Amino acid sequence: MRTVLDFLTNTRGKRQLSRGDWITYIYLSLGTVLMFGPVIWLALSSFKPQSQLVRFPPTLLPYRQETVTVAGYEQPLDLYTVTLPNGTTRRLAQVSRVGIEARMIDPAQPDEIITVNIKDRQPVESLYFGADNYLRGVVAFDFWRYFRNSAIVTVVSTLITLLVNSMAAFGLSKYRFKGRDVIFVIILSTLMVPLSVILVPVYLVINEIGWNNNLIGVIVPAAATPTGVFLLRQYMLTIPDELLDAARIDGASEWRIYWQVVLPLAGPALAVLAIFSVTWRWNDFLWPLIVLSRKELFTLQIGLNSFQGEFNTQWDMVLAMTVLTLLPITVVFAFLQRYITTGIATTGLK
Amino acid sequence: MTDIPYDKPRVVRFRLPLGFLSDLLHGAMHLVDLVVVPVQRRLGTQRMAYFFVLPNLLIFAVFILLPMLLNFYYAFTGGSALYPQDRPFVGTDNFEALFNCQNVFSPNPTTCQEDIFWRAVLNTGTFVVFQVGGMVLFALVTALALNRKIRWRGFFRSVFFYPVLLSPVVVALIWKWILQRDGLLNALLIAFGSDRIQFLLDPNWARFWVIFVSIWAQMGFYTLILLAGLQSIPAELYESAQIDGASSWNRFRYVTLPLLMPTLLVVVVLSLIRAVQVFDQAFALTGGGPGTATTYVVQYIYNTGFTSTSRQAGLAAAASVVLAGVLMLLTVTQLRLGRRAEVEET
Repeated sequence: MRTVLDFLTNTRGKRQLSRGDWITYIYLSLGTVLMFGPVIWLALSSFKPQSQLVRFPPTLLPYRQETVTVAGYEQPLDLYTVTLPNGTTRRLAQVSRVGIEARMIDPAQPDEIITVNIKDRQPVESLYFGADNYLRGVVAFDFWRYFRNSAIVTVVSTLITLLVNSMAAFGLSKYRFKGRDVIFVIILSTLMVPLSVILVPVYLVINEIGWNNNLIGVIVPAAATPTGVFLLRQYMLTIPDELLDAARIDGASEWRIYWQVVLPLAGPALAVLAIFSVTWRWNDFLWPLIVLSRKELFTLQIGLNSFQGEFNTQWDMVLAMTVLTLLPITVVFAFLQRYITTGIATTGLK
Repeated sequence: MTDIPYDKPRVVRFRLPLGFLSDLLHGAMHLVDLVVVPVQRRLGTQRMAYFFVLPNLLIFAVFILLPMLLNFYYAFTGGSALYPQDRPFVGTDNFEALFNCQNVFSPNPTTCQEDIFWRAVLNTGTFVVFQVGGMVLFALVTALALNRKIRWRGFFRSVFFYPVLLSPVVVALIWKWILQRDGLLNALLIAFGSDRIQFLLDPNWARFWVIFVSIWAQMGFYTLILLAGLQSIPAELYESAQIDGASSWNRFRYVTLPLLMPTLLVVVVLSLIRAVQVFDQAFALTGGGPGTATTYVVQYIYNTGFTSTSRQAGLAAAASVVLAGVLMLLTVTQLRLGRRAEVEET
C-alpha cells in the first residue's frame, strides 16, 4: 500500500508531493471543472431531445425513451417498466394516458389492455446522442447563411489586417521620416478609444459612406488594428537594417524589400496576429450589431443573439447552434494553443 | 539492350492548391511593384514610409479619429436628426441634463433628470470594484499555482485560458442554460435541500452572476500575463531566500510580490479599463435587467442613441464623452505606472 502511494505521489523533480502540491492539484482540478465543465454541459445537453431538456432534475448524459412498434398502431409507442400490483415488473408500451391512469399493452400480446397508475411506471431509456437538434436548428436558424457571413468577414478582414498592419509596421520601424513618432502615438492612442465611446458618430460615418447593411462595413473599419501595428513593429525592429541595405544595393525596390525580405522574416509575428485577428473578428459583437440590421447579413454572433430572443424556451435548437458557433474557435485553439498562449504572454496584448 | 517499357509506379499526391495561390499572390505583388516603383522615384527612398503607413492611417482617420471629433460635436447638439448640419447647437445642455441630479446614490425620476444614467453609473461602479478585485485575486492565485513544478501544466494553462476565446454571446448562453429555472445549478441546490432560485430575475443575483461570468470569461488572459511575470523572476532569488531560511509566506511577501508588482499594476489597470466598458456579455446574459439592475453605462449609451423611440444622439454622445474622460484618466495612470516600472527596472 505504502509503495503504491509512493508511486502515485511521485513527481518529476521531488520525491514526494508536499502539502502545497496537494492544494495546488485540488485547486487546479476544481478550476478545471469550473472552467471547462460548463462547456461540456452545454455540449452534452445539445444532444438531448426537447422532452429531456425540460426534465427536472436534468440527467448528466443525453437519453431518449425507447419506443416499440406494435401491430395495429401507426405511431411507435413509448416503452415503460411497470410495477404491477402483485409486485412483478413488466415491460409495457403506453397506448394513451388519461389523467393519472395510463392504458398500456404488452408488445407481445397487443390485444389485452392493462390500466396502470402513472406512478407505477418508469420510462425505459437508453443513451442517445441525437443529431436531431442540429439538423432542425441548422434549417430554422439559417446556420449556413450566418456561417458564410461570419467566414467572409473573418477571412477578408484578417487578410486586410495582415497587409495593412504589416505595411504600417514596416514604415514605422524601418524608416526615419518627419512625423513618425506622432503617427505611432496616434495609432497607439486608438488602442484606448474603444468603439463603445464613438458609437453614434461611427454609425453616421458608415451610413454616409453607404456601408450600413453591407459586410464591407464590418470588414474594413475593424481591419486596421492598433494592436497588430504595435506587435509587428516591435518584431520588425529586431530585423537588422543591413539586410535591407544589401537588397537596396542589389537594386530591389522598397516594395520588394517589404514583400520579399521583411515579410518572410516577420512570419512568426504575422502568424500570431493572424490567429488573434481570426478570433477577434469571429467573436465581434458590437460593431456588426450597429452596422448590420438586415437579417440575411447577420454574422453568427448577432444571429445567435437574436435567435435566443426569438426562441426563448426552445433550448434544443439554441444549444445546438451555440455549440456550432463555438466549434471553429475551439478547433483553432486545440491546434494552435501554444502560439496563442506564448503570443499573449510575450506581448501582453489581446 | 532494348528499353523495356514498364509502368512507373504512379504516386498519387494530394496537393493543396497553395502553389497556385502563392503564384497568384506573387503575381499580384509584382503588379503592385510596377505601380509603386514610379511612386518611389517621385518620393525618394525615405519618404516611401508615408506610402506604407497611409492605408492603415486612412482607415484610422475615417473610422476612429473622425468619429471622435464628430462625437465631441454631437455632445453639444440636440434634436433627433442624424446629420450634424441638421442638429441645433445647444451648448452644454446635454451635460447639464446628465448631471442634473440631486442625489446620485439613489437616483429616481423625481431627483434626477437622467436617473437611468446614474443608475448605470452606480451599477458600473459596483461591477468594476468586484469584478476587478475578484479577477485579479483569482488570476494571481491561478498563476501562482501554474508556476509550481507540477504535471500537466500545459493542460491546466489551456483549460483556464479557453473561455477567453469564446464570444460574449456564447458565454452568455452557456451560463443562461446553467442558471435558468430548471437548470443545472438549481438541480444541485435542490439536491442539497435548498430552494429554487430564479437567478437572473433577482436583481442582486443577476448582478452577482454578471460579475462571476465576466471573471470566468476573462480570467485566463490575465493569468497568462501574471504567469509570464512570475517566470521572469530569477530563480536564484528564491534559492538564496531559502538558504536564508525564509518561510514560504515570506518568500512570497518579500520576493514574489515586490518583483511582480509592475505586472500586477498593468493587470489591474488593463482590467479596470475593460471593466468600465462592460457591455456585450452582460447585455446577452441579462439584457440589462431585471429592471435596470444590470444596465451599465455603455448600454445606456447604446439604448439612448440607438434603440429608444426618440433617438437622443446628443445625450448619448455626451455620456460617451464622460466615459472617454474616465478612460483617458485610467490610461494616463497606466502610462505613468508603466514608465515608473521601466525606471525601476533600469
